[in-house]
Amino acid sequence: MVENQRWLDYLAHAVLILGVLLVAFPVYVAIIASTHEPGAFVTGTIPLLPGANTLDSYAGVFAGGVASQMSVPIGVMLANSMIMALAIAFGKIVISILSAFAIVYFRFPFRVLAFWMIFITLMLPVEVRIVPTFEVIANLNLLNSYAGLTVPLMASATATFLFRQVFLTMPDELMEAARIDGAGPMKFFRDILLPMSQTNIAALFVILFIYGWNQYLWPILVTTDDSYQTIVAGIKRMSDVVDSEPLWNYIMAVTVLAMVPPVAVVIFMQRLFVKGLVDSEK
Amino acid sequence: MQTKRTIFGNKGLPYLLLAPQLIITGIFFLWPAGQAVYMSFLREDAFGMSSTFVGLRNYTRLLDNAEYLDSVKVTLVFSVATVVLALGLSLVLALAVDRMIRSARGYTTLLVWPYAVAPAVAGILWWFIFNPTIGIMPYVLENLFGYDWNHSLDPDDAMTLVVIASAWKQISYNFLFFVAGLQSIPTSLREAAAIDGAGPFKRFWTITLPLLSPTTFFLLVVNVVYTLFETFAVIDATTEGGPAQATNILVYKVFQDGYVGLNFGSSSAQSVILMGLVVVLTFIQFRFVERRVTY
Repeated sequence: MVENQRWLDYLAHAVLILGVLLVAFPVYVAIIASTHEPGAFVTGTIPLLPGANTLDSYAGVFAGGVASQMSVPIGVMLANSMIMALAIAFGKIVISILSAFAIVYFRFPFRVLAFWMIFITLMLPVEVRIVPTFEVIANLNLLNSYAGLTVPLMASATATFLFRQVFLTMPDELMEAARIDGAGPMKFFRDILLPMSQTNIAALFVILFIYGWNQYLWPILVTTDDSYQTIVAGIKRMSDVVDSEPLWNYIMAVTVLAMVPPVAVVIFMQRLFVKGLVDSEK
Repeated sequence: MQTKRTIFGNKGLPYLLLAPQLIITGIFFLWPAGQAVYMSFLREDAFGMSSTFVGLRNYTRLLDNAEYLDSVKVTLVFSVATVVLALGLSLVLALAVDRMIRSARGYTTLLVWPYAVAPAVAGILWWFIFNPTIGIMPYVLENLFGYDWNHSLDPDDAMTLVVIASAWKQISYNFLFFVAGLQSIPTSLREAAAIDGAGPFKRFWTITLPLLSPTTFFLLVVNVVYTLFETFAVIDATTEGGPAQATNILVYKVFQDGYVGLNFGSSSAQSVILMGLVVVLTFIQFRFVERRVTY
């Protein structure tokens, strides 16, 4: 900047530090709570300093020591979440990269219609069509299955648009050269298009992994059998105990565990994450 | 619609490539949406044995239903409060980061990670902090202001809780887009204004904010969509629409009436209304947001 105003810099630092603290506060409280023993919550308020229990709550949830509040071991929930997140991210990318390829590199009857059909999915979040969607899943016998948990979430307008955009910006000469050299469409797709979209695929994967991991309503609707429970959907049931005080240290330990994978992805793959986020909103 | 200068000539292949996407869309999106429209014109008897065609009665009933109109009002308050809070806080943070040179990256990392926290988990975290018996915030409020916080009894407290939890989760997203928007404003403009004697606040109001408006508008639409639909999980994990319907936003009411209350006709009519709303919002987004690129 032209002028050098020291007080503005200090103010900016102060605002940012406050912001960072505000953003981190709930998670700090959760981590601290998970290091205490259950008795710490019976009297007074939530402690703000670490307790003596350190990692015992985590060991407890992994060992299944809280059977009264958890119907499934935490390992199963984590595995389910991981399966769901990976399957959705992978499925969405495969399905949408193929359709974007078809829309950009071919001309065929009903092309525009197909494009609009995909576009419509943007407008129909699960939340607004709960009952009929549930019936479809039930009729197809997909309740309590990994297929039911993942396949219906794999259609994606955003991902298709993203890949369409990527393909449109690729030089036409690439495809012409490939054709002259006698490459068919699938060879061109595999040997040229895929390698060239690598970064876009990786960036999108990060966003979709988070999306899949954080699903809440869908697992609740589709699974009644506890062995398919995901961790994000499972926390709610833990804190919903009727006749006893919730065991806060265990609940918070599970909450922290539910946050770790997606947050780690954002922190360690920040560049890809930001790219994916900005790309998918274009 | 755009394609390439040259294309592949295969006849059947494009359909094959599109098939997975279209099949899933058809079965899990279009069919249920059509069902919702169809069911919204029907009325089932108490045992679900038969249904009769009732025309628009489900819709007219909704508009006469005090509970539904209440839910509309609740949604409006919730949406406006969350959007204003989330946009306001993230704009301030983005402006501050924009001044930083060396520490910008570090601050950004520390501010963006809540994007990865599930809305349901965000709800649980704040619900724990605001727990009336052991929570830290009620304790502070009680001792500093003598305020007796109880979100399971007081409608305003409950609303405040869900607004804070929903806004907290959205700050990082808005922050990233505001930072990108600020970076795309040419420094020369701000420098010119500074030379002309405009102070930092004057520069913000007359230069930064107007040039940021495409980003702001885009975020406004995205945030409204977020508060209308994705916050379902926040509500369900914390207040479950209570106390006394005080946080029963429209999307939660669809779930309550349909999935829990088994009133399919009414729930479907509500679904159709919400779908109409998304169509309008998506249209606005594409119509106006496209223009933001022309800067």
